[in-house]
Amino acid sequence: MKKYSILLLLFMSLAWGCNDKAFLDKEPTNILIDNQIWGDKSLVLSVIADLYDRVPEYQTLTNWSEFASLDEGFASNGGDYWRHKNQEYGYGEWSNWDYGLIREVNLFIQKCGTADKLDPADKAQFLAEGRFIRANIYFELVKRMGGVPIILEPLTYDFNGDPTYLRKPRSKEVEVYDFIIKELDEIKADLPKSSVIKSRATQGLILAMKSRVCLYAASIAKYGANTPTVTLPGGEVGIAAGLANGYYQKALAAAEDLINSGDYSLYRKKENLSENFSNLFIDKGNNPEAIFVRDFKLKSGKVEGWTLVNQPWSQAEDLEGGRLNPSLNLVQSFEKLDNTYETYATNKADGDYIYFNSPKDMFANRDARLEGTVMLPGSFYKGKQLDIWAGFLLADGTVIKGDNFGARKTLPGKTAAEYVVGFDGPIDNLEFSAQSGFYVRKYMDLAVGSGQRGVNSEVWWIRYRLGEIYLNAAEAAFELGNVTKAATYMNKIRERAGLIIPLTEADITFDRVVHERKVELAFEGHELWDMKRWRLAHIIWNGQSTELTSKPGKYDEVSTRVFGMWPYKYYNPGGANDGKYVFQKIIPAQVTNAHRFRLGNYYSDINSTIRNNNPLITRNPNQE
Amino acid sequence: MKLQLIIILGIISSFLYSCGLDNYDAPGSKLEGRLVYNSEPINVSYNDVTFQLWEPGWQKKAEINVAVDQDGSYSALLFNATYKLIVPSNQGPFRSKTNTVTGSDTILVKVNGNQVLDIEVEPYYMIRNAQFAVAGRVITGTFKAEKIITGINAKNINEVAIYVNKTMFVDFRSNVASAKLAGSALTDLNAISLNTTVPALTPAQTYVFVRVGLKIQGVEDMIFSPIVKVNL
Repeated sequence: MKKYSILLLLFMSLAWGCNDKAFLDKEPTNILIDNQIWGDKSLVLSVIADLYDRVPEYQTLTNWSEFASLDEGFASNGGDYWRHKNQEYGYGEWSNWDYGLIREVNLFIQKCGTADKLDPADKAQFLAEGRFIRANIYFELVKRMGGVPIILEPLTYDFNGDPTYLRKPRSKEVEVYDFIIKELDEIKADLPKSSVIKSRATQGLILAMKSRVCLYAASIAKYGANTPTVTLPGGEVGIAAGLANGYYQKALAAAEDLINSGDYSLYRKKENLSENFSNLFIDKGNNPEAIFVRDFKLKSGKVEGWTLVNQPWSQAEDLEGGRLNPSLNLVQSFEKLDNTYETYATNKADGDYIYFNSPKDMFANRDARLEGTVMLPGSFYKGKQLDIWAGFLLADGTVIKGDNFGARKTLPGKTAAEYVVGFDGPIDNLEFSAQSGFYVRKYMDLAVGSGQRGVNSEVWWIRYRLGEIYLNAAEAAFELGNVTKAATYMNKIRERAGLIIPLTEADITFDRVVHERKVELAFEGHELWDMKRWRLAHIIWNGQSTELTSKPGKYDEVSTRVFGMWPYKYYNPGGANDGKYVFQKIIPAQVTNAHRFRLGNYYSDINSTIRNNNPLITRNPNQE
Repeated sequence: MKLQLIIILGIISSFLYSCGLDNYDAPGSKLEGRLVYNSEPINVSYNDVTFQLWEPGWQKKAEINVAVDQDGSYSALLFNATYKLIVPSNQGPFRSKTNTVTGSDTILVKVNGNQVLDIEVEPYYMIRNAQFAVAGRVITGTFKAEKIITGINAKNINEVAIYVNKTMFVDFRSNVASAKLAGSALTDLNAISLNTTVPALTPAQTYVFVRVGLKIQGVEDMIFSPIVKVNL
């Protein structure tokens, strides 16, 4: 018994030996806690870097396939053909309700506000950046959902069994836009005025964003009148028409502020205008046009695979590529150098083909942005010529083509087999081949290795650039009736693209405004939002299987299916046209249905889980 | 040995029996009917027009969406209960009528066994007397568009169209031939005529399905005539 007592005492003394406070109160080694972060500028920077990176985006470098959801491109990838087979867009498409992210940003703002160990100037900048990110998220929300609840502090549940006090109703759409504009105005002074900073908020970015936000609000107010049923009685969706002019004026003023500040300039570094335009997107050294970007860096883990997934098959550095094929709908929209629109003529009036010595001749004398945006048959990438041709066309009209990249067959009258299709296709139903006849060039990296899975690319994604700001200014000026100004701004952009005959005041119409944005900003993630705010989406994607338009400069032409154009080599030994190229317009076999954007798609569905959790949330119109 | 087998069989059959005890019966009462105006069915395009059934009394609220078929008919398998039926605004080429019982657009439906219920709505237009004539491969449709809602709530015609398809799905999405006429080009609503040429069909087919449709300004869904099978 005594023995046990001694043992027991021994154990108790061991237990006493621990210092409970130090033992149980350990600093975690896997996360950083608040007072560690808020005392160190570089740690705060990494927190805000994470928030910058999480702002939702629709079409961007890291999800190429969304560019094929509309009419700019065809998805040459087995898993994405459904994008061309859908009968309609779902009401839930494009929806976003990430209040978890907003809560994190609100926490950041709250904690930054009470941090006392930071340098006051740094603190003011961080605070402004937090509010910028929040405004940016609300902009992404209002574009998708209309008016949403504006939550400005982190909400915390007190576990009393009744969460109803956390329920907030939707604000009016106009209130959300006004909130964003107010925030931008308030934080501007706290941000650096520097055009060298590209991936953080600057004063230039505030002006750029303000011009875009005001333009969206203005056009919803103006063109919303065309779709009276796309409104809610409480104003959660829809903006009163009378407010349009005020927003247009703000948009114009913000854009002009930025243009006249001289901090940014249009990118002009290359003699060749097409090369100049494509370089604008991949040149990260001292780029004067980029205002705000999402940056990437090789060997850092944050790289993007745009070049990998879209590289031409004939020179692919890995076993994939060629996914996004620009549509003929887009390619034919680029004007001729004399400012006229013209669809591509493949046949003469008598029905015979038009013969070209080089496939590139078909695209001669066009807007330089065409080649800067699209890889055309016969053009070069990474110093090597593309190999886009669909087969041999015989004089009797038969076509000899293969079913794999660079397939070989024996032509009639010959004994040896030879290539009967290019190494880039186009071959129907063969993924990675140029099924529309084109590959995309915008944002394609020229660095060696950028097409390898293990390397990828560090080309950045430009979210705001001066080119768009000129077009924002032109559109706002046009809507305010100042066509002189609109022409001046639009000509600036067009001149860089080689369209040196200036547009006159009489030329400036709504057609021009829509068209210029389409060709300048293709594959930059603008199309959906533009078509939504102009209330054109349900007109141009009306669900009807219409032929390709012959009027590419008209704003309301139906464009529900993506078309392509394939070059063929003409085979007629001894004939005058032997070896020349002819073209055929096609519709890829995988395009089986027409896009249909219904009135209920203008504002995405707020799903029933959200509405059940918070009955104050009203449903978006036309979705029942 | 025999006893063991009997016990095992008994256990298995009790499992099977308990399934029946644990689970609800599947909804078995069929509610069906048509969307009608003065007992005439409203023809619409497939998957476009729906109405909602709500069963009150549950914690979470979610509607049952019932799709209306091309000939205006619908059907739904339901539990026996009282449902609220709502035709949402902006849905279909019509507006809903005020129900005399509820004083709103809500209709109370007491489901108890199979039931037929025609829902009265008020279309902006009705297509009357659609006739189709075939000459070679040209199909001509003639019809009368009757304006039902007049006065302050009246809406104009956006366009009228004729659609031809190989199958019984005939509308603006599903067609092999179509022709349109803008509403502003219509001179006489009592005699509208449209024609279209049927292209060569593969595989060859000696008949097609055809109907005419009418799009109302500011209304998304079209109203159609009944689908007619015509021999070429």
